[in-house]
Amino acid sequence: MRTSFKFLILILSTSFLFVSCGNKGNNSNKSALNSSKAEKVYVAPGEHDSHYAFISGGYSGNLTVYGLPSGRMFKEIPVFSQFPTTGYGYSEETKPMLNTSFGQIPWDDSHHPDISQTNGVLDGRWIFINGNNTPRIARISLTTFETEEIIEVPNSAGNHSSSFITENTEYVVAGTRFSVPVPQVDVPINEYKGNFKGALSFIKVDKETGRMGIKFQILMPGFNYDLSHPGRDKSHGWFFFTTYNTEEASTLLEVNASQNDKDFIAAINWKKIEEYVDNGGGTKMPTNYAHNVYDEHTHTATSTMVKEVLTVNPADIPGAIYFLPTPKSPHGCDVDPTGEYIIGNGKLSADLTIHSFSKMLEAIENKKFDGEAYGIPILNYEDVLAGSVKSGGLGPLHTEFDGLGNAYTTFFISSEVVKWKIGTWEVIDRKPTYYSVGHLTIPGGNSRKPFGKYMFAMNKITKDRYLPTGPELEHSAQLYDISGDKMELLLDFPTHGEPHYAAAIPADIIKNNSKKFYRLDENKHPYAITSPADAKVVREGKDVHIYMSMIRSHFTPDNIEGVKVGDKVYFHITNHEQDFDVPHGFAMIGANNSELLIMPGQTKTLTWYPKKVGVWPFYCTDFCSALHQEMQGYIRVSPKNSDIKLSWSLDGE
Amino acid sequence: MKKAGIIMIIGSLLLLSLFKFPLWNIMLGAPQYPDPLGMNIHIDGIKGVSEFDLTNIDGLNHYIGMKVIPKPADMWEFSVFPKVIGGMAGLGVLIGLLGFFGKVSYKWFIGWFILMTVLGVLGMYDFNQWLTAYGSDLDPHAIIKVVNPDGSPMSYKPPLLGYQKMLNFDVTSLPHTGGYLMFVGMTLTIVAFFVGKKETKHL
Ligand SMILES: [Cu+2]
Repeated sequence: MRTSFKFLILILSTSFLFVSCGNKGNNSNKSALNSSKAEKVYVAPGEHDSHYAFISGGYSGNLTVYGLPSGRMFKEIPVFSQFPTTGYGYSEETKPMLNTSFGQIPWDDSHHPDISQTNGVLDGRWIFINGNNTPRIARISLTTFETEEIIEVPNSAGNHSSSFITENTEYVVAGTRFSVPVPQVDVPINEYKGNFKGALSFIKVDKETGRMGIKFQILMPGFNYDLSHPGRDKSHGWFFFTTYNTEEASTLLEVNASQNDKDFIAAINWKKIEEYVDNGGGTKMPTNYAHNVYDEHTHTATSTMVKEVLTVNPADIPGAIYFLPTPKSPHGCDVDPTGEYIIGNGKLSADLTIHSFSKMLEAIENKKFDGEAYGIPILNYEDVLAGSVKSGGLGPLHTEFDGLGNAYTTFFISSEVVKWKIGTWEVIDRKPTYYSVGHLTIPGGNSRKPFGKYMFAMNKITKDRYLPTGPELEHSAQLYDISGDKMELLLDFPTHGEPHYAAAIPADIIKNNSKKFYRLDENKHPYAITSPADAKVVREGKDVHIYMSMIRSHFTPDNIEGVKVGDKVYFHITNHEQDFDVPHGFAMIGANNSELLIMPGQTKTLTWYPKKVGVWPFYCTDFCSALHQEMQGYIRVSPKNSDIKLSWSLDGE
Repeated sequence: MKKAGIIMIIGSLLLLSLFKFPLWNIMLGAPQYPDPLGMNIHIDGIKGVSEFDLTNIDGLNHYIGMKVIPKPADMWEFSVFPKVIGGMAGLGVLIGLLGFFGKVSYKWFIGWFILMTVLGVLGMYDFNQWLTAYGSDLDPHAIIKVVNPDGSPMSYKPPLLGYQKMLNFDVTSLPHTGGYLMFVGMTLTIVAFFVGKKETKHL
């Protein structure tokens, strides 16, 4: 199937090349039109964008922050991947963030960011994102824009139908894409059918702190759980998951998992399961997964291994889970702002399937089932169907909403976004994308209250959109104005990594809460010093701890002697600035890890193994002031057996 | 002289606002400080407009060899000024009361005003001396030395009143709430003088 996909892409993208060539000709005659587009995305020097967009980095493992409508990239937030720019994942404080039951994993595939909500409206407190490869969920603070917590998800593999959140941020969900043996065992893979399980994990989020904890895992039949979406408003309390490979094939899935005309959307009444669990239901299963928490005041992360998880067998809670038959390997699973419609996009189909939540409840009430799978009732397709959109496109993937009764669906194979009306299912508009679009995002477009105005599509193939940069091009996002009846393409902008999915929000909800620096008097790092007078160097056996301060434009101490080959040197460095945007950097020659970038008021620790006798410099890497070049120091390294005592200079003394 | 006495008392009491509000304010703005740094001069010490402004002003000033902004204990003014202001307010109230009961003539009001003006001018003179010292008594080891066209070292003295461009900084020096209230209070004592004069004539 993939081969034929590629063939289709090739044909279609080639034809689009021709189309786009034609467009270019037209555009030159419409420069007036183009200039009005330019005005719509122009953010004058010194002015701010109206929206933040948080675009996942896919295989970069991180999350990038952009402004809309300008498309300017503001920041890359390290989440699942080491980030030598700041030392994330290299500094002693942040190494525990990347701990897992497999040891330290310095990378992941970050997919679906979702902003926290209150009453179904984005509240801008945190943003959650999933690590797909080594199943993890991260929570990022939207005041510090730093990753504060990462929880590993046991019994899962390919954490794809994730990290979507319920409308009061009660839960963030982590559904497994690959079913696996639970618990893991050594079995022949062709014994997949009936033996593998799909774990859907419901991670509870603390209302005040945002702290996460796996409340329960539903061990579903061994299908692939592709995407998911929480119910909204009237369907709040339910969660919907698309599936593929309901055939439970174990080889050549592109053919064998596409045999059934219909797969399922699993509808899960999580409130019912929560109640069951709160009343003592479920089975505790021994397991081992990492829970990593970063403390803003100690500037330090700790990793704890959790040894148990509560699992739930669907058969034990009748009436909590149903299957809605959905044609053609549904991929996207999206719920409209009213919570009535559940849109399943069959990625091998031309049509969209829309299920009705109230029809679903009615069918359940009347017990109108069409058999069952592993004890889970299957509803009749016709009984739950609200309608379908005959789009004429090919390969529908994802849908978002503008809050005005319209939905926007991306079509991967035909490279376009189609706007259609909820209820009448008629197509209102369609616009090409360049090329092969995956997700699309409308600010708040997956919540109860979309903010509308903009929509952006995230494309997999960039081709001729920018100056070529060799075989590898950054992916591309395209911004559309959706304030009128017709979508209007305003801007192309490159994105970093794979822009898998994004969350966007009006800037006003976030920007005034953004922290400007860390208070030195709140720094509780055990190795912090709050005055240069406290700088010191302490030997503990072969470990040498350097308590260092930095301020424009010097380190204290700046010269250290008495370090020996074979020691392990810890630089514990505190930035004493108390001003917005004045970090200092720290780089040590021959360090086998990275530099550090230390924010005002923050403490970070770099380890360095002195290997060669000599006098070795360190310096500040962040151009901090007119005397930045002078921000430097030396470490004298003596032979292993030397008896030179530790000494250091304090502010020139 | 009841009315005049009351005005005199109110005018003198307004001096006490200096115990709460700053007398003077100096703001330092530059392109890289879109939120300008600022210091508020109170009668008992200097405070940053924002919490870390003084730290950041000191951080900048060390490049050009300026001393750190003095703490209250470093300057005699900050222990004497509150006493002078408190004393003058008390004296004003006393004169006002005596005037109210007709025990002293309205001329005492203008007497108080003249004394206060003399003290105020002395205060401004002292403040200006301090600004001059602060801006020109520079560390000879300063890492940045800027000289005037004639070769003399540049002074970083902020203006006593008004605006001045200093290198890349826009420096504005103006009275603040406490200062304005003091001026209003002093004006009221002159009003008290004239009202008192009128009231006396009617007798
Ligand atoms: Cu520096």
